[in-house]
Amino acid sequence: MIIATNVTKKFGRLTVLNNVSVNCNKGECIALIGPNGSGKTTLVKSILGMVVPDSGFITYNGQNILCNWNYREHIGYMPQIGRYPENMTIGHVIAMMKDIRKSNHNGPLDEELIEQFDISNMFNKRMRTLSGGTTQRVSAALAFLFNPDVLILDEPTAGLDPVASELLKEKIIKEKQKGKLILITSHILSELDDLVTQVIYMQDGNLLFHKSLEHLQNDTGEKKLSRVIASVMRNQS
Amino acid sequence: MIKIVKYVMADILRNKIIIAYTIFLLVIGMSVFNLEDNTTKGLLSLLNIVLIVVPLVCIIFSTIYVYNSAEFVELLVSQPLQRKHIWLSLFCGIALALVLAFFIGIGLPVLLYSFSATGIILVAVGLMLTVIFVAIAMLAAVKTRDKAKGIGIAVLLWLYFSLLFDGLVLFILFQFADYPLENFMLFLSTLNPVDIGRIFILLKMDVSALMGYTGAIFQNFFGTLPGMITATIVMLLWMVLPLYFSLRIFNRKDL
Repeated sequence: MIIATNVTKKFGRLTVLNNVSVNCNKGECIALIGPNGSGKTTLVKSILGMVVPDSGFITYNGQNILCNWNYREHIGYMPQIGRYPENMTIGHVIAMMKDIRKSNHNGPLDEELIEQFDISNMFNKRMRTLSGGTTQRVSAALAFLFNPDVLILDEPTAGLDPVASELLKEKIIKEKQKGKLILITSHILSELDDLVTQVIYMQDGNLLFHKSLEHLQNDTGEKKLSRVIASVMRNQS
Repeated sequence: MIKIVKYVMADILRNKIIIAYTIFLLVIGMSVFNLEDNTTKGLLSLLNIVLIVVPLVCIIFSTIYVYNSAEFVELLVSQPLQRKHIWLSLFCGIALALVLAFFIGIGLPVLLYSFSATGIILVAVGLMLTVIFVAIAMLAAVKTRDKAKGIGIAVLLWLYFSLLFDGLVLFILFQFADYPLENFMLFLSTLNPVDIGRIFILLKMDVSALMGYTGAIFQNFFGTLPGMITATIVMLLWMVLPLYFSLRIFNRKDL
């Protein structure tokens, strides 16, 4: 569904992505794992077209995403740090997003998270007055709102309280069962255990491996994702 | 695209700065005509406002606004929208709001008190300068990531167009006084939209005699229809080119 081929991106002299190639298919739930600064967010942002790669290309359903924007209607993106126009209220932001995507979205809206996160009670709050966790809730609600085929979640549970992160996790599992492609980056490996089917491991801009979780479990003889990764990292060094 | 322009406009029109700017222009526009009996004198006073204050306010307000809407742009870029449309909508929103402010502040008094060819040209030049300086501001803001640096560049650009450029022209004139520079002057003046605007209005006021032989050359060129059309095209280029370059940079920009 999403295929990245030899994507390279440099910020000045620093190579953030070095010849990265990935192939993501429908129905998979992929964990993007790697140390800080390994290029996870940059990879996600290049898939969204927010970062333009220096070389290589990315296709969505066979179409090159460069100079193409319509494919983004199939993607729900939850940024690591949601940044919103400061003097708009939550209600305005949600209404604006609905308005903007109205023309190319004609299915029902998925307002489950808006209800579960109690966002409708805060519609009049301005974005600049929100706490980090509340902003994350708004980001999550917006990512799921349009029933997208692909969900890209960058550190979804960072900053959420346990109740909210449990709700979000349940929601992710539910969407996964509908056969959507889900890409999650996270550092909290224990949270990913019951979610992921595949693991992409990145380090210093290189993609070290992309394997299914079963495969990794067989390779290392461990059950828990955190231990699997720890064992892989030990073997590599 | 119209939707995004709507959101940008709604946001700017709620802004107190733009309302203060409109009232400031309106107060000056009204008082200039009420203090003087001679409307030509009034227009001459307004000329300085149009050539100095309008570019300054437009370039600084637009630069700061573009930086402040970084979040808005970031939010929209991850949505199914064309980058080109996002950037052009931002431009249209800012330009429309400032054009509206200028039209209410200066346009209305001029059309009420001095409805003449000179008055209309003054308003037209002001409107064009507004759009030109918004376009230049967009280019300055997209080129630099740092807000303080971007605003600094915007101020420097204004300083260049309003003061430094004239200084440079005078310097060249004195250095090369022995050579015939009239046609070269004509070319030089097209490098600065503020200058073209000034020449335009002064010629219409029939004070070109004050500018000596160069004034006669200007009169000869800008006074004719082809000259007027050329000057208008140059002004349009000053709107389109900075916007085009800013768009090209924005299309490849990492957010």
